[in-house]
Amino acid sequence: MSETTGSPAAAPPRPRGPSDFEAAAARETRVAEFESRTSGLARLQHFLHANPTMVPVLVLAVSVAIFGVLLGQRFFSLQTLNFILQQVTIVGIIGVAQTLVILTAGIDLSVGAIAVLSSVVMGQFAVRLGLPVPLAIACGLALGTFCGFVNGYLVSRLKLPPFIVTLGTWSIFLAANFIYSANETIRATELAESAPLLQFFGQTFRIFGATFSYGAVFMVLLVLLVFYILNNTAWGRHVYAIGDDQDAARLSGISVSRTLISVYAASGLICALAGWALIGRIGSVSPTSGQEANIQSITAVVIGGTSLFGGRGSVFGTLIGALIVGVFAMGLRIWGTDPQWTQLTVGALIILSVAADQWIRKVSA
Amino acid sequence: MTQEPVLFARGLNKRYGKVVAIDNSDFDLYPGEILAVIGDNGAGKSTLIKAVSGAVVPDSGEIRLDGKPVQFPNPQSARDAGIETVYQQLALSPALSIADNMFLGREIRREGFAGQYLRMLDKPKMRSVAREKLNELGLMTIQNIDQPVETLSGGQRQGVAVARAAAFGSKVLILDEPTAALGVKESRKVLDLILEVRSRGLPIVLISHNMPHVFEIADRIHVHRLGRRLCVIDPKAATMSDAVALMTGAKAPEASMLAAA
Repeated sequence: MSETTGSPAAAPPRPRGPSDFEAAAARETRVAEFESRTSGLARLQHFLHANPTMVPVLVLAVSVAIFGVLLGQRFFSLQTLNFILQQVTIVGIIGVAQTLVILTAGIDLSVGAIAVLSSVVMGQFAVRLGLPVPLAIACGLALGTFCGFVNGYLVSRLKLPPFIVTLGTWSIFLAANFIYSANETIRATELAESAPLLQFFGQTFRIFGATFSYGAVFMVLLVLLVFYILNNTAWGRHVYAIGDDQDAARLSGISVSRTLISVYAASGLICALAGWALIGRIGSVSPTSGQEANIQSITAVVIGGTSLFGGRGSVFGTLIGALIVGVFAMGLRIWGTDPQWTQLTVGALIILSVAADQWIRKVSA
Repeated sequence: MTQEPVLFARGLNKRYGKVVAIDNSDFDLYPGEILAVIGDNGAGKSTLIKAVSGAVVPDSGEIRLDGKPVQFPNPQSARDAGIETVYQQLALSPALSIADNMFLGREIRREGFAGQYLRMLDKPKMRSVAREKLNELGLMTIQNIDQPVETLSGGQRQGVAVARAAAFGSKVLILDEPTAALGVKESRKVLDLILEVRSRGLPIVLISHNMPHVFEIADRIHVHRLGRRLCVIDPKAATMSDAVALMTGAKAPEASMLAAA
């Protein structure tokens, strides 16, 4: 039987029977599985392939250590760490939304626009229209979800590239935001008077001598929730499968377009929640805030080790990625450098992260 | 054969504009057999197979599964009816684990509150079932059920795909070029796996270009030419060169071959 299928490539020097052949087959498999990878670098590559979130965790640990050594007490104070956490809250929440979309091999450029538009609707409905605040918030959340649904519909049903779709809707949502709000800011005092619930995520509480904002707590809880959903529900597994290989997912019986629409809609909902948290963060409802959230969230996702090609990564990575940016921004500021150095460093980190991702992906085969 | 065919098709047609992909073709698959489908490129064998697996809806013709007329508007409906297909571009998700892949699209949820309201997957159960299915088919070399599929060799991946299809296909297993991308040793294992699946009573449709493989494991060979079934040959009675001659039109089928059809 081996004669009919035989290839001369692996021909041993003596005549072989079926038993030799089987033995050779067994031997070959073991070598390929356990013994061929011996160099330390290859082992590291393998380890990182199995644990992709370890890269950003290491980067975060090293950067915290370096700034700690350089700046000492000025950096290692609870106040500084708390400040970093507050700085990254909005980007962290929006980053969760961005992670969901990027895991499907898509991208959402409209995240910041959805957040601002939702926050403006919450503020206007509550303050200008005098709706009950919870209802105004619900309207904002519904609008954000709808915006995400539109993105998802265009991407999955009309098969348009996500980059183009969300570039278009980014413009549309942002313009709608300026037209509806007439570019008018609702001031913090006004909010505190008539709709304090809108500022909820900006409120702080003290525990063990440290101050935390509810927004930061919400960000952490959201990361935990989405992590659970992605890893322990069928929907979450389908999100990974679609990003990994859309055709394979379809052939496995997954409803790809329905799942994609739900991913973009969930992203819209999370962005609307970020819009609510944004009101708390800046105190007022400002139609000009959150403009760079799309780029910042993509930065957090990429530095967090999630692959832009989809199917690989985690929301924990995104949280870490956002914290890395926050640590660099804060550390360099305390050190007294020009803020442009932060931009420059973050840019270099993005390129390094993608290069690391490419390297790690080569482990396959 | 006196047995009723499991999967039976008569007068299938499919056109794409002026191109006739299936021209009034018939198809029979009997219980417990391996039916190889061979044909030159462009003969329409893959369109025929897609028609019986729901990936293509024929323009006309009749398909019966276990004697009952069926229509498959999409692959999912064929799968629900018990026809599992392993596509040439293996429908596996490389970054997901073996266990995740085995249950992709038909995950098992936990019982009670966690499954009902938290939608929690029963990972331990999926792992143990996946391991059991792989062991049943002798895929013992796969040690870690949680390792991503992309770390497996081509043959192991094919093994996972076949095991998944065998685990969930209750009526028919269709394999599209299962050994095309594999080396000699890996092909050997996949062929053994196919025989193992047949010994469990699941009939198999094997589409292949590899004549030695076809002649080694098939019980009957369906020769497809110019969009229709030319004849069915017995691999024990015919030679590989006969098969190639029939496929390419260099030889006309003998009366006995037509009778078998």
